[in-house]
Amino acid sequence: MRTCLVVDDSSVIRKVARRILEGLDFQILEAEDGEKALEACKRGLPDAVLLDWNMPVMDGYEFLGHLRRMPGGDQPKVVFCTTENDVAHIARALHAGANEYIMKPFDKDIVTAKFQEVGLI
Amino acid sequence: MTPMDYEYLRKFLKERSGLDLSADKTYLVESRLLPLARKAGLAAIPDLVQKIKTGDGKLATDVVEAMTTNETFFFRDKVPFDHLRDTILPGLIQARAARKSLRIWSAASSTGQEPYSIAMCLKEKGAALAGWRIDIVATDLSQEVLEKSKAGVYSQFEVQRGLPIQLLVKYFTQSGDIWQLNADVRSMVQFRQLNLLQDFSHLGTFDVIFCRNVLIYFDQDTKAVIFERMAKSLEADGTLLLGAAESVVGITDAFRPVADRRGLYQINPARGARPAGAPMLAGMRIAAAR
Repeated sequence: MRTCLVVDDSSVIRKVARRILEGLDFQILEAEDGEKALEACKRGLPDAVLLDWNMPVMDGYEFLGHLRRMPGGDQPKVVFCTTENDVAHIARALHAGANEYIMKPFDKDIVTAKFQEVGLI
Repeated sequence: MTPMDYEYLRKFLKERSGLDLSADKTYLVESRLLPLARKAGLAAIPDLVQKIKTGDGKLATDVVEAMTTNETFFFRDKVPFDHLRDTILPGLIQARAARKSLRIWSAASSTGQEPYSIAMCLKEKGAALAGWRIDIVATDLSQEVLEKSKAGVYSQFEVQRGLPIQLLVKYFTQSGDIWQLNADVRSMVQFRQLNLLQDFSHLGTFDVIFCRNVLIYFDQDTKAVIFERMAKSLEADGTLLLGAAESVVGITDAFRPVADRRGLYQINPARGARPAGAPMLAGMRIAAAR
């Protein structure tokens, strides 16, 4: 079973994402900020990361930079999932190594389409 | 809605659009036509039926459009567009190198996501198609969806269902939560109103026909007639793409499935529907009849 690390400071969003992704046969890990997500990745890299942008302690953009510099950190597929819905943020995310980008609000169809797009389904 | 009202609507929709509703689709009719009745200031569907019977042409058109407009999204099912990019277009670029022109038909284009996905596939070919004449013809029964299609304006939800983020950034312009396809992509597609039940020979012949997720609503005899006419509208080495749940098997022998390429069909050479002579697409084989 593939693993997905859901990183979001909102427990509600993490719960919704967990329900959707478990329905797509992913085993879910959760983190409430970028720092905790990085610790989780040091313990073991997931197959995918669903990543919020704005979070306390360490935001998603900074986390992505650290992840991509880790040994093997180029492997996980990273899908941003954020309210930062403008082209400038999307372009920054792609340049930093994000594989896909979800603009909140989202639903199961969108998550499924994006995970298909990056070859996770 | 009484059984008589439902029967009237079934016959009406069959005659006007070819839509073949089975007896258990009352929920579908109610869910789509009740909002239309209310919008027209009518209390319920029986009132709507009465208005159609008295010759309200505008309402009749609205009923057909409400029942035949189907959900779609960019790069729907993904695989057909992978085939277009990786197999069909490379073959055609080789086969049409002398005349440098391509004609592609999206036969039930709904709100435009399919023809625009085709256009973006072609754009992504870049220099390989530089200087080529490209015709993408998109047809639909509904004038309303054609108007939406021409504008190329989509909601944030619509652009996230199937459209890779790189293509969104590359080919769309954002205005708040609304995204509009750039003019250079929009201009690649000609939108025309067309009822597949009527003659479409005036559209000319095509190298590729996308006819996905529309024939499932027609009965077998109607499908057979449309397939026969589509065979005449397809170049001898052209490709027909059907939806994942659709097939020609058991309906017509005008087409044969392409081996290892689910959903792709080519003219059956044994039928001789069109003069043979043009080569099959590079890398494609006709599957044995199943």
